[in-house]
Amino acid sequence: MVEQGRPAIETSGLTKRYDELVAVDDVSFAVQEGEVFGFLGPNGAGKTTTINMLTGLARPTAGSIHFFGWDYSADVKKAQHLMGIVADESNLYPELDGFQNLCFSAALYGMGRREREQRARELLDTFGLAGAARRKFAAYSKGMKRKLTIAAGIIHRPVILFLDEPTTGIDVASAREIRQLLAGLSESGTTIFLTTHYIEEAERLCDRIAFIVEGRLVRMDTLADLVKDVQGRHIVQLTAQAGVGSIDTLHQAFPEVRFERVSENVLHAHTAEPLPLAPLIRFLEEHGVDVTEAKAIRPSLEDVFVRITGVALEQMRKEKEQAKQKGGGA
Amino acid sequence: MKSWIAFWNILAKDMRTYYLKPPNLSWGIIFPLAWTLMFFIKSGTGFGEVRTILPGVMALAILFGTTSLLAVTVTFEKRGRSFERLLLAPIPLELLMLAKTSGAILFGLANAFVPVLLAAFLVDLGSVVWWQLVTAVVLIAVSSTFLGLFIAVSVSEVFEAQTFSNFFRFPMVFLCGLFFPIERLPALLRPVSYVLPLTYGADLLAGAVNQAARLPALLSFTALAGFCIALFLISLRIVRRKWIS
Repeated sequence: MVEQGRPAIETSGLTKRYDELVAVDDVSFAVQEGEVFGFLGPNGAGKTTTINMLTGLARPTAGSIHFFGWDYSADVKKAQHLMGIVADESNLYPELDGFQNLCFSAALYGMGRREREQRARELLDTFGLAGAARRKFAAYSKGMKRKLTIAAGIIHRPVILFLDEPTTGIDVASAREIRQLLAGLSESGTTIFLTTHYIEEAERLCDRIAFIVEGRLVRMDTLADLVKDVQGRHIVQLTAQAGVGSIDTLHQAFPEVRFERVSENVLHAHTAEPLPLAPLIRFLEEHGVDVTEAKAIRPSLEDVFVRITGVALEQMRKEKEQAKQKGGGA
Repeated sequence: MKSWIAFWNILAKDMRTYYLKPPNLSWGIIFPLAWTLMFFIKSGTGFGEVRTILPGVMALAILFGTTSLLAVTVTFEKRGRSFERLLLAPIPLELLMLAKTSGAILFGLANAFVPVLLAAFLVDLGSVVWWQLVTAVVLIAVSSTFLGLFIAVSVSEVFEAQTFSNFFRFPMVFLCGLFFPIERLPALLRPVSYVLPLTYGADLLAGAVNQAARLPALLSFTALAGFCIALFLISLRIVRRKWIS
């Protein structure tokens, strides 16, 4: 059932406990119909647990879940016909071909043979997979697997689409194609609930973004309002030949500057006023750090993320991709 | 109606993907043949003994056919997370699990009739009580499949499913009265025989083929139906607790 004018998704006090561990703690938000809502946070922050509760794969310990004004807290399964769900792994059937996988997914939603075959062909065309329609899913590349998994998630024309890390671990070209496809879906009015480690993806696609850290929702706003926080601040990116050395030493020498290690040899220096570079570079070189590049960068959502979560994105992405590769995921 | 489209497609996919694959088809034929031959050689007598060994061969063919495949396929799909797709589909869990098990039940039924076909060429099956035989075969297939389901949802890895299956299957083979009459088992083991579904299934088949049942047919039918319901409900409970927790 769909009640017009009500939020597509609305949670209140959503909580999930596993014995002593509180995976999601008192999370409340509303996603409007047709909105693209980004749900960002470090690894293990509670993003997937939240999606699992919203889609019926986990039962909330407390709190309520409404879709279009209807309370499904007691049994989310009854709302599953409204949703399309794309898990963080490409979990279609390896022994079926692309066309069969799409038709099977459609049948799970009760679509008749003629309708599902027509829709499968249409989606294979849209996703550029028509040439691989009769190839086994197991033989697809990672990018193709991901695209077909998304196609399977929307084959029944869901009004809400849950996407858990849609582009993690795939090549740049495929990721770009997927983003274009998602933008198209959003334009057609589908409500999208998206988790991602790629901040630029969230920046391009999302109307609003919520940050979850250690199970708690710490910030939720439009992209423009989130970036306002860091606008007016100055960031200098320093790249070193090898490692950038100890952050603590830098903090002691330049207490007015907030240093953030982006990767092994890249450092960000955040200040409220323009930063004179010469003393900083000299200090670094005196401490054996060979600075190869220094440039001012525009504050972005990534800086908001780092500021809110306290987690370096690059490291988090690497961990996630390594975990996916170990698990054999997409 | 829409749920039945999902039901039929899950069943059709499983039949195509698992049960009608050449290795499993040949298993379904070779396994009952091997059992028949083994019993035949063991008995050391002529074709007259075929009727005596038929109920046992049928029961074992169903038990091994259903549990071997189902326990592995469900565990395999759970491991690859494709089972998640089914849990996320708008189908009642009961219907979903029935769809997932129907293929194994049909496979078990087909396995059971391989030795019957063979026996029909060798001995006169005119005195077989067919309605009892067919009902017993269906109930054994359903209870064995649900035992396989219980095993599949209780473990996480495919190798665990195989080990756990044998934990149930081999004691059942030796204690259900197929090899040794239950009355001749040690007194301590006899009660165990009566908590095994195959005991009732084998007895019903013995009654249908050789008119040699030890238990009243109604008791065996009721007990088997009870095992089917209990195993299915326990499996659903485990799925809800472990996979939708």
